[in-house]
Amino acid sequence: MNEKVPTRDGFGKAVVELGKKDKRVVVLSGDLEDATRAEYFKFEFPERFFNLGITEQDVIGTASGFAKMGFIPFACSFAVFMTNRAYDMIRLDVCYNETNVKVVCSHGGVTVGEDGASAQCLEDFAIMRVLPNMRVVCPADVHETVKATEQMALIDGPFYMRTSRAPVAVISKESDPFEIGKAKLMKDGDDVTIIACGIMVAEALSAADILEKGGIKARVVNMHTIKPLDEAAVVRAARETGAIVTAEEHQLFGGLGSAVAEVLAQRCPVAQEMIAVKDSFGQTGSPQQLMKHYHLTAADIVEAVGRVMKRKI
Amino acid sequence: MTTKNIDVTELKKMALTMRKEILEAVHRAKCGHPGGSLSAVEILISLYGHKMNHRPQQPDWEDRDRLVISKGHCSPVAYVALANYGYFPKDELLRYRMYGSMLQGHVQAKVPGVEFSTGSLGHGLSVANGMALGARLLGKDLNVFCLLGDGEIQEGSVWEAAMSAAHHKLDHLCAIVDYNKVQENGPTNEIKNLEPLGSKWDSFGWNVIEADGHDFHDLIGALDSFISTKGRPTVIIAHTVKGKGISFMEGNFRWHGKAPNDQELKLALAEIEMASQQS
Repeated sequence: MNEKVPTRDGFGKAVVELGKKDKRVVVLSGDLEDATRAEYFKFEFPERFFNLGITEQDVIGTASGFAKMGFIPFACSFAVFMTNRAYDMIRLDVCYNETNVKVVCSHGGVTVGEDGASAQCLEDFAIMRVLPNMRVVCPADVHETVKATEQMALIDGPFYMRTSRAPVAVISKESDPFEIGKAKLMKDGDDVTIIACGIMVAEALSAADILEKGGIKARVVNMHTIKPLDEAAVVRAARETGAIVTAEEHQLFGGLGSAVAEVLAQRCPVAQEMIAVKDSFGQTGSPQQLMKHYHLTAADIVEAVGRVMKRKI
Repeated sequence: MTTKNIDVTELKKMALTMRKEILEAVHRAKCGHPGGSLSAVEILISLYGHKMNHRPQQPDWEDRDRLVISKGHCSPVAYVALANYGYFPKDELLRYRMYGSMLQGHVQAKVPGVEFSTGSLGHGLSVANGMALGARLLGKDLNVFCLLGDGEIQEGSVWEAAMSAAHHKLDHLCAIVDYNKVQENGPTNEIKNLEPLGSKWDSFGWNVIEADGHDFHDLIGALDSFISTKGRPTVIIAHTVKGKGISFMEGNFRWHGKAPNDQELKLALAEIEMASQQS
């Protein structure tokens, strides 16, 4: 678990493999293919790759037109530019028209680092999951990113996937099962459940190790698919462990924590604590410094478990 | 064959029928957008009734020409045209904008013949580009048309798409601007002037054709010229009149998004009746 790889690399490799198998796969870029790793596809299939320049709205619209002609377009840029700048296009062209567009964006979260707040996307889960027909995925490591990319190409309809710029601990094996829409149990326990996505899954696993030394058995659920949420896994965790901590590299409002709270409130209310960025923009710094600053570390999860255990009925 | 030799009698008859049905549909719905629908009547007839290669009985025929209606609020003219050209029974028009109707307020792709759902402005040209690029990649010899409103092209996204189409030399793509010179709250040249409109498109690398958007010979000539232009996309700037054909609606921005009442409908239909007797 020492190896660290940016999840964007997994997307780059997987989309090339898809391109080999299926001629319908095209990739559209808003001139950031070096950073999103979409350029792997450009090198292999230049005739099926389109850098439309710094025009996210045009990228999404054009991708939708390709989809209408029977293609499987992947539309790539930074998470913050694509989901925010081209929001109306994602809403209308992709979600309302139910086009088979896969929006795949790198540079999610504060771990973008030194580029600072304008490039650090902290609202994409919220604004993507609120759209009808959209599915939202944030894989925990490079292997999961490969599998998510493969699977979304086989499922007709809109997808949003966030990948990371920063190297992320490899916490799964290539051979591990992965299914979009189905939560992955990373570690079992019955005192509390930590539900996490993206880079926070590795933090959750570290937190669970620390907790175990203190005699607390924490269950760790990898909720790589934020929509459609695996509600059964949430309800099961609530019933069997009685307390939930959610952890995400995202704003507290509207993300994974909110999605879990929506299920708990309606189906099985139990105490919940949320590890997330609290209504603030990011800033310049190293990924590690920023994780610490915004309380997104294993130590913060451990503290949140302490709080939620006290609230357990 | 020059366009002068084309018999446009039937097309003109169709225009009168469509104007009547547009007004009736909007009147029944008690809301909708008659002004920009009446201005686009001849444009859509020139496409569906003359230039486009399409099969109304087989709307998903994969080699068909595509038309993306980017000015999605002009659903009355789009639906009325599609019904008249046989995409669905005219009875459907009775339920335009009604709860549970197939004919939603803005054009919707669940309607046979509608290629793409729009209604938020500035979307269609990028989508049309994607279709044109996709057709090229598939080796299909088909044309993609995109109907734009003039107010609509104040949206910056239109110009992103305009740059892309020229860069990729999409010579099988034709944008048509319904240049009726009036938007929701007044004349375009008072709100955000589009002029010099032709040179804007020209400087973006497009083949620019100006046409009288109510003259079939002119429109068909422009479409022919698009077909023969290679290496760059074509834009037809169709000079039109908002509310065309109804004296009290013409050029009046108040009719952008308002339905005629019973009395106004009567007056409007009388004008159409008079025009059809004169033709």
